[in-house]
Amino acid sequence: MAKKIGILGAGKLGTVLGQLALKAGYQVYIAGSGSAEKIALTTEILLPEAQALTAKEVLAKTDTVILALPLGKYKSLSVEQLAGKLVIDAMNYWWEVDGQRPELTDVSSSSSELVQNYLKKSVVIKAFNHMGYHDLYDEAKPKGQNNRKAIAIVGDNKDAVQKVAVIVDDFGFDPLDEGSLMQGIRMEPGSPVFGANLKYNELKERLLSFETTKRGAAAKKAGNPAVKLGGKF
Amino acid sequence: MINPGKIIFGLDSFGDIPRENADKVFTQAEAIRQVIKEAKMADELGIDVIALGEHHRADYAISSPDTVLAAIASITKKITLATGVTVLSSDDPVRVYERFATLEAISNGRAEAVLGRGSFTESFPLFGYDLQDYDVLFEEKLDLYSKLLEERPVTWKGSTRAALKDADVFPKTDNGKIATRIAVGGSPESVVRTARYGFPLTLAIIGGSPERFKAYIELYKKAAAKFEQQTYPVAVHSHGVIADTDEEAIELGWNHIRASFVRIGQDRGWTPMSREQYESEVQNGSFYVGSPETVAKRIARMLKTLDAGRFELVYGAGELSASARERTIELYATKVIPRVRELLREE
Ligand SMILES: NC(=O)c1ccc[n+]([C@@H]2O[C@H](COP(=O)([O-])OP(=O)(O)OC[C@H]3O[C@@H](n4cnc5c(N)ncnc54)[C@H](OP(=O)(O)O)[C@@H]3O)[C@@H](O)[C@H]2O)c1
Repeated sequence: MAKKIGILGAGKLGTVLGQLALKAGYQVYIAGSGSAEKIALTTEILLPEAQALTAKEVLAKTDTVILALPLGKYKSLSVEQLAGKLVIDAMNYWWEVDGQRPELTDVSSSSSELVQNYLKKSVVIKAFNHMGYHDLYDEAKPKGQNNRKAIAIVGDNKDAVQKVAVIVDDFGFDPLDEGSLMQGIRMEPGSPVFGANLKYNELKERLLSFETTKRGAAAKKAGNPAVKLGGKF
Repeated sequence: MINPGKIIFGLDSFGDIPRENADKVFTQAEAIRQVIKEAKMADELGIDVIALGEHHRADYAISSPDTVLAAIASITKKITLATGVTVLSSDDPVRVYERFATLEAISNGRAEAVLGRGSFTESFPLFGYDLQDYDVLFEEKLDLYSKLLEERPVTWKGSTRAALKDADVFPKTDNGKIATRIAVGGSPESVVRTARYGFPLTLAIIGGSPERFKAYIELYKKAAAKFEQQTYPVAVHSHGVIADTDEEAIELGWNHIRASFVRIGQDRGWTPMSREQYESEVQNGSFYVGSPETVAKRIARMLKTLDAGRFELVYGAGELSASARERTIELYATKVIPRVRELLREE
């Protein structure tokens, strides 16, 4: 049976991740903010074998779902519909879209922790957020090919991180387990890996250098425990 | 396949500020006059379109592109006078119509409005708009603008501006319609909207492989068919610099185009573009950087892959000097464009 994946958000990122999922042989269910009809045409052309549905229907079909909507709208997600799901958070705070929302970029924790706090009944894993959408499309390479780029994954539930690692691998990237969810701060906009498109070893090294950056120093000053502990390093 | 002889070639500028050396950088006023000079040059060299973007930032001098285009209109003969883009979301459709209809009159039918949401957001707070309303602003204003284009009295109601009742707007144009396109970035929804309103589509491809956009063009065509609208040849807008040798152009691109991407990216939290990323943009991505032969080959391949009918070279990014800008324009017009047509005919 084909692996299944749901995607909430049918914009730039959601459609590219959908394309990678289809290429990897997944059954893809995708939703925008509204009706299935609104994204039907986009889905038919860009994601020919995917099903365009409402968010609720997507969540009824699959236990694994990628969040590819604006971070500023995370509270429009239904806690109940997402209960028990493995949730892959690919969202970033983007002030040009989200407006000035200091709580979303607060360095004392990572944005994925906010999402996890809100989605109390789900397991939230952060991945796919630190590479631009057209690079995700261009850089995806089949398994075993060298020069593959890596995608960092963080999460508190190790089984779930394992599952996401398989998805990252299937989609065309080397998975890099980067520790607990709070380490997500190292992958956010303003961090040295954001938009860098690196191979596994380089990515690993660059994640470590977070403390040497302005944002890293600010996080440390704010008492962010991820930075103090230095993650799993 | 589009007839190689019919492909339209344009130049796009945001009114970047040329830097001549460590001490001498153009003032914004000088930068605007430089663009006017370049547009005249482009017209004389037979380039089809000059497109000027609207920005409200220190690094770009042009905030009022149609005013600059009006000046260009009076010293040029054939070149199409386009924007790239007019930020419709934070503008007033009635005024947009009036300004372009005026430009159309001044230029004797050479005006082209290129509307978009823009890749920057400065205009929103500046004109009192909320970024959260991004979508509804564009949708409603496009709706009104497309009604105004009919050049008949308009009755319209929406949430983003005062309603109109049988409002007749002037001047009327000689041709009966202002040429208008919509420019989009990577959002599939914007592609569908363009088709829904029946406008020609410009793809702003500022990074990554152009092949990725094939599906978007397919989406544009299918959407137009569904809404029973006409389609038009698609335009592509991308950055580049042309010099006598590849080496020279690659260094210029690194020091200027890449530098401007790094500066702009900083505000958005992007890591500076690496040499590897830069070179991949130059080789397979969306920077058209090199000698005339190299650039011509890349443009020809892109046009063929996408079956696009128009290419607009964004030139002068990142404080490129006036002389390097003029050299790019000259090589583009005299070497690259004829060579692209030739390459497409050979296939
Ligand atoms: N663009 C990138 O390169 C990139 C890379 C990595 C991560 N990201 C992150 O990915 C997210 C999406 O970015 P994007 O660039 O793809 O934005 P986008 O093109 O604007 O797409 C956002 C999508 O989310 C949908 N949406 C909004 N609220 C929703 C809800 N409650 N349920 C389901 N869908 C909803 C929107 O639908 P409507 O149109 O119906 O509102 C739209 O389809 C952001 O958090 C961004 O930071 C983006």
